[in-house]
Amino acid sequence: MADKKTSPTTRTGKLAAGAANYADDRLGSAGYLKKNLNKIFPDHWSFMLGEVCLYSFVILLLSGTFLTFWFDPSQRDVVYQGAYTPLSGVSMSAAYASTLHLSFDVRGGLLMRQIHHWAALIFMVAIVVHLFRVFFTGAFRKPRETNWLIGIGLLTFGIIEGFLGYSLPDDLLSGTGIRIAEAILQAIPVVGSYLAFFAFGGPFPGTSFIPRVYMVHILLLPALFLALITVHLMMVWYQKHTQFPGPGRKESNVVGYPLMPVYMAKAGGFFFIVFGVTAFLGAVASINPIWLYGPYTPGQISAGSQPDWYMGWLDGLVRMAPPLETHWLGHTISWNILLPSLVLPGLIFVGMTFYPFIEAWISGDHREHHLLDRPRNVPNRTALGAMSIAFMVIALANGGNDIIATHFHLTINGIMWFTRIGLFTVPPIVFIITKRVCLSLQRADRDLVLHGRETGRLVMLPSGEMIEVHEPISDARKWTLTQHQQPEALPAPLPEEALVGWKGKLRKRMNEAHNVQVPAATLSELKELGDSHH
Amino acid sequence: MSTQIERFEDPGLPEHLHRKADTDPKAAKRAEQQVAILFLLSAVGTVGTIASYIWVHPQVYLYIPILGSTNVQQACIGLGLTLATLTIGLGAIQWAKKLMPDVEQVQERHEFRSSDKDRDDLTKTVENRVEETGIARRPLIKRTLGLALGLVGLSPLVLLRDLGPMPGKYLDTTDWTAGTRLMLDPANTPIRPEDLEVGAVAQVLPELPAGTERTLENIGKDAVLLIRLRPEDFNLDPERLSWTYNGIIAFSKICTHMGCAVALYEQQTHHLLCPCHQSTFDVTRAAKVIFGPAARPLPQLAITVDANGYLVAKQPFTVPIGPSFWERNSKNG
Repeated sequence: MADKKTSPTTRTGKLAAGAANYADDRLGSAGYLKKNLNKIFPDHWSFMLGEVCLYSFVILLLSGTFLTFWFDPSQRDVVYQGAYTPLSGVSMSAAYASTLHLSFDVRGGLLMRQIHHWAALIFMVAIVVHLFRVFFTGAFRKPRETNWLIGIGLLTFGIIEGFLGYSLPDDLLSGTGIRIAEAILQAIPVVGSYLAFFAFGGPFPGTSFIPRVYMVHILLLPALFLALITVHLMMVWYQKHTQFPGPGRKESNVVGYPLMPVYMAKAGGFFFIVFGVTAFLGAVASINPIWLYGPYTPGQISAGSQPDWYMGWLDGLVRMAPPLETHWLGHTISWNILLPSLVLPGLIFVGMTFYPFIEAWISGDHREHHLLDRPRNVPNRTALGAMSIAFMVIALANGGNDIIATHFHLTINGIMWFTRIGLFTVPPIVFIITKRVCLSLQRADRDLVLHGRETGRLVMLPSGEMIEVHEPISDARKWTLTQHQQPEALPAPLPEEALVGWKGKLRKRMNEAHNVQVPAATLSELKELGDSHH
Repeated sequence: MSTQIERFEDPGLPEHLHRKADTDPKAAKRAEQQVAILFLLSAVGTVGTIASYIWVHPQVYLYIPILGSTNVQQACIGLGLTLATLTIGLGAIQWAKKLMPDVEQVQERHEFRSSDKDRDDLTKTVENRVEETGIARRPLIKRTLGLALGLVGLSPLVLLRDLGPMPGKYLDTTDWTAGTRLMLDPANTPIRPEDLEVGAVAQVLPELPAGTERTLENIGKDAVLLIRLRPEDFNLDPERLSWTYNGIIAFSKICTHMGCAVALYEQQTHHLLCPCHQSTFDVTRAAKVIFGPAARPLPQLAITVDANGYLVAKQPFTVPIGPSFWERNSKNG
C-alpha cells in the first residue's frame, strides 16, 4: 500500500504495461489513451451503416491495390493471346487485354475483380442508407452540420469514383458509358467541346482518357476519401455519437459500451463480417463479365446497356428527358442532356447540402441535439425524405426500362411515359401519405401510453358486452413514447419581426407545417383517465 | 383542469439483467467453446484458400445452376476467404456479446461552447493580431495581395492547356467525301447494291486513302448504317429520295443524342432504336425522331454507285454527325 505504483502481475498485464509505458515516455499518451479506451459508444443496429461504408472502403483499397499489380491502364493496341480463347487474336486496348489476363490467367484475379466491384456497390448502398438514417433521425442537426457536408462530399465523390472505376476495363459497355460522359461534357454551353477535347486529349476516344482516369481513380479520389473519412470520424469521436431516446438517455449524456473491449470486438469483428460477405459475393456472384462484351469500338454496342445502380437514376432521368434543343445564333444548346444530367442533379445535391441549414431556418431551432428524433415525430422531414426516395426510385426504374420491359413484357414507351408523369406526381402523393402515416403513428403512440397495449384477451362483461383487456405499458416505454419536444416547449417560436415580407411569410408557413404534431400523452391525462375509468 | 400539465418522467436506466453466461459457469464454458470453434473454422478457411491456390487447376469450369459456368479455383479461393474472415467476425462478436461485460455505462457529454470570456478573448486576439499586420491601414498591400492571390491560381489552369488540342472544325466533319467508297465493316471490302437484300442491314465505313490506318476516332464519327427497304416503303421528299439508291438508305450510326451506336433495327416497323436511351428513329422518314430524348434525326448520307457498280458517297454529310455541341450550327438534319 505504501507503493503508489501498482505493478501488473499477469503476463498480459506486463506486456500491456510495457507497450503503454514505452509509448507514454515518447508521446505522453497514457492520459489520452486511458480516457479514450473508456469512451462510451451507444449501441443501435443502424449505427453500423457508417461502419459498413468504412469497411467496404478498406476492402476497396486492399482489393484495388491487388488489381493495380496486373492492370495496364493503356489504350495502346495489342492483340490478345490468353486463356480466354473466344477473343484470341482480337485487337484490343492493353487495358482490356490486361483485365482479361486478370480474369483468366491470374489465380484469384477474377475473385479480386469481383470483390472490388461488389465492395463498390456495397460502399455506395451503405453510404446512401447511412445518409437516410442520418436524415430521418435528424442526426445532421447542430452541432453535426459539418459532418453532414462531409458526408455529401463523400457521396458525390463515391458516385464519380464508381463511374471511373467501371470505365477502366475499356470493354464495350464501359466505353459506351465513357461516350455518354463525353457527350455530357460536349453539351456544356460555350466551353463544352474544349472540355471534351482536353479531357480526351483530342477526339473521342483517343488514347489518353483511360491513363488519366486511372490516376484519378487510384490516387486523387482515394486520397480525398481518406482525408474526408478521417475528418468525418474525428468529428464523430470528438462530438460523441448521437443516441436514440429512451430511459436514462439524455441530451447531456451518452449511454452504451466502452471502446475497449466490447466496442473494439464488435466493430473489429464486424469488419471481418463485411469482408466475408463481400468475399462470398465475389466467389459466387459473377459481376461485370467484361469478356462477354468484347473490346470497345464506337461503332458497336451491346443491348441492355446499364450503368451501376448509383448512376442508374441519372441515366433514367436522361432517358425520360424531352427531346429539347435550342438553336440560337448559330449555336446549339442541348436541354435534353443539360437538364437531366447536370441541372437537375445539381439542384438535388445543392438542396441536400443545405438541408440542415434550411431546416434550422424554418424551425428556428439552433440548439444542440444529441438525442435522435423518432422519424414519426418530425412528419414534415420524414415525408420529404420519403418523397426523395420515391423520386429516385422512379428515375432508377426508368434507367432500367429496357430490362423491365423485357422481363415484364411491357413496352419501353409505356414505362417511359409512366415514369415521365410519375416523376412529378408520385413524390407529392408520397409526401402527403407519409405525413399522414407519421401523424397516425403519433396518435397510436398516444393511445398506447394512455390505454395500454392490446393483450388479445377477450372478456365478457356481465352485461354481455365483450371487451379486450388492455395492459399498461412499462414506465420506460411510456417515457420513450412521450419524451419528444412539444411545439409549445420549442425555445424559439420565430420572433414576429422575422416574419415580414414574402420571405417572412414563407418562413412562417413552413414553420407551421414543420410543427404539425399530435400532442404527446401526458401523465395528467393518464391520471384523469384513471379517475374516470373505474 | 389544472394549468400545470404533468409530463411523464424519465424512469432512468433499466436495471441490469445478467446473462446466462454471467451466472452459469457451464453456459460461459459453452460460449467460450463456440467462439473457439469459430476461430478454428477461420484457420480451416485459410488453409482451404492456400490449398485451392496451389492444387486446384486454374482452368477448370463447372456449370452450377443459377450461377452459370464458374471457375472452380476462383470460387474455392473465394469461399476459403469467406470462411476465414466471416468466422473471425462472428467469433469476435459472439465473444463480445456473451462473455465481455454488458453493463451499459453512462458518460457525460462535454459542452462544446467555451466560456464567454474565452470567446471574447479569442475575438479580441484575432482582432489585435489582424490589427498588428496593419492590413487595414495599408490598402496598397491588401489590394496587391488580393491581385496576386487571385492570379496565382491561373498558372496551373494554363499549364493544363496542353491536355488536348483545340477542337477546331473536327466535330463538324467526317472522312466521307464525294466518291468515297462504302467499305463493309469489319471485312473492309467495297459493297455493291446487290450484296444487300431487302430488309438487310450493314455497317460501313469510308474507304481511307491507301496507307492510312483506321483508328477508333475515325470509326467514332464515320460509322454508317446501310439499310435496304422496298423503294415504295420510303416516305421522303424528292431530295432525300435522291440520296437513296435502289431502296438503300444510309444514316450515320452515331446517335444524335449522346453518341451511342444506334444498333437496333426493327425490320417490321423500320425503326432504329438506340439501346442507351431508347431514342427511336423512323427509317422511312429520313430517321425522324419518333420517341425518346434525341432532338434531331440521324444525318443521312447521300449515296450512289460508281462506274464499277460499287456504292459510294455522293457528297459529305451535310450536317455534323453525333451529339450536339455549342458550336454546332444547323437546325435540321
